[in-house]
Amino acid sequence: MMTTATLDRTVGRQAGAPARGVVGRVIDRVGGGLVQTLLILIALFWLVPTLGLLVVSLRGETYNNASGWWTVFTEPAQLTLENYSNLLATGFTASFWNTVFITVPATVLVIGIAAMAAYAFAWIDFRGRDALFLVVVGLLVVPIQIALIPIAKLYGALNIFGSIASVVLFHVAFGLPFAIFLLRNFFAGIPRELLEAARMDGAGEWKIFLTVVFPLAKPAVASLGIFQFLWVWNDLLVALVFANTDNQPMTKALQSQMRQFGTNVDILAPGAFLSLIIPLVLFFAFQRYFVQGMLAGSVK
Amino acid sequence: MTDRLDGPQEPTGDATVAGGPSPEPHHRDHTATGARTTRTARDAGAEDENRDAPPAGGGRKGSDAPPERDARTGSDTPPAPGGRTGSDTPSERDARTGSDTPPAPGGRTGSDAPSPRVATGGPAAPTAASARTARLGPSPRLAILFLLPALILLGAMVVYPIIYSIFRSLYDAPGDTFVGLSNYGTIFSDPSTLTTIRNNLIWVVVAPILVTTLGLIFAVLTERIKWATAFKLIVFMPMAVSLMASGVIFRLVYDQDPDKGVANAVITTVRDVFGSSTGYPGARPRENDQSPLVQNGAVVTRQAVQAGQPVALPLVGIRPDALPDDAAPAKAPAQSGGGLAGTVWLDFAPGGGGQAGQVDPNERGLPGVTVEALQNGAVKGTTTTAADGSFSFTGLPAGEYTLRLPPSNFTAPFNGLSWLGPTLITPAIIGAFVWVWAGFAMVLIAAGLASIPRDALEAARIDGATEWQVFRRITVPLLSPVLLVVFVTMIINTLKVFDLVFVIAPGSVQQEANVIALEMWRVSFGGGNNQGLGSALAIFLLVLVLPFMILNIRRFRREQQ
Repeated sequence: MMTTATLDRTVGRQAGAPARGVVGRVIDRVGGGLVQTLLILIALFWLVPTLGLLVVSLRGETYNNASGWWTVFTEPAQLTLENYSNLLATGFTASFWNTVFITVPATVLVIGIAAMAAYAFAWIDFRGRDALFLVVVGLLVVPIQIALIPIAKLYGALNIFGSIASVVLFHVAFGLPFAIFLLRNFFAGIPRELLEAARMDGAGEWKIFLTVVFPLAKPAVASLGIFQFLWVWNDLLVALVFANTDNQPMTKALQSQMRQFGTNVDILAPGAFLSLIIPLVLFFAFQRYFVQGMLAGSVK
Repeated sequence: MTDRLDGPQEPTGDATVAGGPSPEPHHRDHTATGARTTRTARDAGAEDENRDAPPAGGGRKGSDAPPERDARTGSDTPPAPGGRTGSDTPSERDARTGSDTPPAPGGRTGSDAPSPRVATGGPAAPTAASARTARLGPSPRLAILFLLPALILLGAMVVYPIIYSIFRSLYDAPGDTFVGLSNYGTIFSDPSTLTTIRNNLIWVVVAPILVTTLGLIFAVLTERIKWATAFKLIVFMPMAVSLMASGVIFRLVYDQDPDKGVANAVITTVRDVFGSSTGYPGARPRENDQSPLVQNGAVVTRQAVQAGQPVALPLVGIRPDALPDDAAPAKAPAQSGGGLAGTVWLDFAPGGGGQAGQVDPNERGLPGVTVEALQNGAVKGTTTTAADGSFSFTGLPAGEYTLRLPPSNFTAPFNGLSWLGPTLITPAIIGAFVWVWAGFAMVLIAAGLASIPRDALEAARIDGATEWQVFRRITVPLLSPVLLVVFVTMIINTLKVFDLVFVIAPGSVQQEANVIALEMWRVSFGGGNNQGLGSALAIFLLVLVLPFMILNIRRFRREQQ
C-alpha cells in the first residue's frame, strides 16, 4: 500500500490515477460517514410511508382530519383501536376470508400442477419438449389484460362468473408459466443418478416424482409458494373483474372505498394495514426463499 | 443457468439460483471450463465468507448447500444421455454423493456403489449408460399425463384468449359487426387513448432508469455499512405489500395539506429552514396622507428617513388571529438610539379604540417582516423585525434613506404541492412505483455484485484506480447483464402498470394519469362497455411486450447451450 501510494505521487496525475495517500484515506473516512447518513435518510424514506399508514389507522377520525399523523409522537393519547373495531363491524372480515379462500387454493394448485409439468419437462424425454418449454418461457410475460375479456365470456358460459373458483382458476393459469419455469430449472439440476437409482429399484415415474424429486425441491417449492401467495393475495385486477361483491377479497373491498378517500380514511387505513400484515409476516419469515425465487425467475 | 448469485451483500446471505437466466459471466466461465476441483475450492472459500458476513446466512447453510451444488452439476450435464459420462469419474461422483447426504436416504449410496459403471469405468461407460437409460427411461406417453393439467389450463386460459382477443379486436363494441382495424385506428386517434400512450411512454422512459439507478446505488453503498441486511429488508419490504395498500399509503403521503401529507410537510419544513415563510398576504398600509405608499407590491415610506428618527410602518388588512403565535405587543418607536430603527405593526386594536398611525397598548407587532433600506433606488441594508415588530439597521452610514417592505412579505404562504393534481400526478405515481420496486433492483444487483471477482477489483485498486474508476470501468461493465435483466423487468412492469395508477389517481384526474392497462379495464369493464376496443388495447399491450418475450426466449436458449 505504501509503495503504491508513493508511486502514485511520483507518477502523478499524468497517469490519470489520482493520488491515494493519506488524503484519500481521510476522504474515505468522511465519505463513510456521508454514506451512513445518506443511507439512514433513504431508509427513513422507505419506512415513513408505511409507518404513516399504521399511525393513521390507529388515530381517531377527528385527529386525522385535524392534524398530521406525526403529532402522535408528542401526543400519544391520540392512539386508539376504534378504527379497527369499526372496520371489523362493517363486514371486512368476510373479505379477509375471501382473500384466504382465494389465495390458499391458488397457491397449492399452482405448485402441484406446475411440479408435475416441470417433472415432465425436466426428466421425461418426449418429442417437441424443448419447443414446448420455450412456449412456456414466452408465456412468462403475457399481460393478464389479454385474458380478461375472453375468460369473462368463458366463465359466463360455464356459469361460474363471480365465484371464488373463477378467481382461483385464473390465478392458477397465469401463475403456471413462472411456476413451471422455476421448478423445471430446479428439477433439471437434480443429479440423474438419483433418478436412475430409483428407476433401477423399480419405482414408477409417479413414485419417483413424489418420493425423490418433489422432496428434494423443497427450497424451490418454498420460493414458488411465497411468490404465488403474495401475487394472489395482493392482486386487485383479477378480483376486480371476476369476483362479485359476496366473494370479493380485501383489495377489491378497499378499492370500493377509495372513491371518497378523504372521508373513508378511518376505514381505508386499518383495512390496508390488515391486508398487508400477513404478507409482511410471511415475507420476513421466508424472505430468503423469496429472494431465491426472485433471482431464479427474474425474467418474469 | 445455474449461477449462484449469492454473497455477503445479499440479505439472506445466500441466494441460490436454482435455474433461470444467468446474468453473471464469471461463474459461467468456470462452469464451462469444467475445472471442478478449482471451482469447489473457490466455492468453499466463498461460503466461508458468507458465513461471516450476514447474520442470516450461517445456520441455513448446511441444509442448503447440497441442492445448490446439484443444480450446478446439472447444468454441466446436458439432459441427453451419454455426453456427460466421459468426465464422470468415480472419485468425483463419490465426492458429490458425500455432499448429498441430507436429502438422500442412506441406502441409496449402497445401491449406487456397485453400479456397473463404476465397475467397468472408463471408455466402456458411455455405451453401458445409454443402453441402461434407454431401458429404464420413462415412456414419452407418460409425459402427457404429467403435462395434461398444465397444458389444459395454459391452453384454455392463456393461449386461447390471445387468439380470441385478436379476432375480437376486429369487431365493434357489441361484437356483431366486423370493423377491420378501426379499433386500432381509434387507439391512435382518440385523445384519451393517446394520453394513455403518452403516459406509458413517460413511464417507460423514466421509471426503469430511476429504479435501476437507485438499485445500483443502494447495492453499491450497502457494501460499506454494517447494517446492510437491515437496510435491504427495509427497502425491499414494499415488494410484499399489495399495490392497493401502497396506493392507500401514498394517498396519505401526497395529501396536499402540509399539516397532513408527509410529502408536503417535509417540503414546508425544508423551506422554513432555508427561508422565512411568515407571509402576511393582504397586509397593506392605511390610505391616508401619513401612511406609507404601495409601490409594485412593496410598501415604501412616504418621506426619506434617517438615523435617530424612528420610523412607524403601520399595516392593516390582516385578521389579528392570523398573526403568528410569537407576535408580541408592538413597541412604539423610541426617540433615542443611534441607528436607523422603527416598528412594523398591525395598526388595529382589537375591541376598538386606538389611534391610526400610533402604537396603542393592545396592538401587536409583525414579526419576521423583511425591511430594506434604500438609497437612490439601491438596497443598502436589510433587516428583519423582531417579535414586537421593531427593527433596526446596524452599520448603516448616516444619510437619508427610503425604507421598503419588499413584496415577498405579502405573498401567500406555501400551501403544499398538489401532488394529486393534473400536472404532478404521473410523477407522483412514478415516485410510488420507485418506492415499490427499488428493493427488487437492489437485491438483484447486490447479488450480481457479490459474484464479481474481488481480485479484479483489488488489482485495479492496487494499480491506483480511484473508487469511481473501479466502479465505472470494472463494476458496472461486469454488472451489465444483471442491470439489463433489472431494466427489462422494469420496462415490462411499467408497460403493465395498472394498480398504482388506478388507486393513487383520484377520479377527477384519472384521465390525466391514465395508462394503457388501466384504459383497457375502463373501456371493457369500468363503464366503457366496448370490448372491441378493449381487446385491441390488450393486443396492443401484448405487442409492446413481445420484444421482451423474444428476448427472454433467446436468452434462455443461449443459456441452455
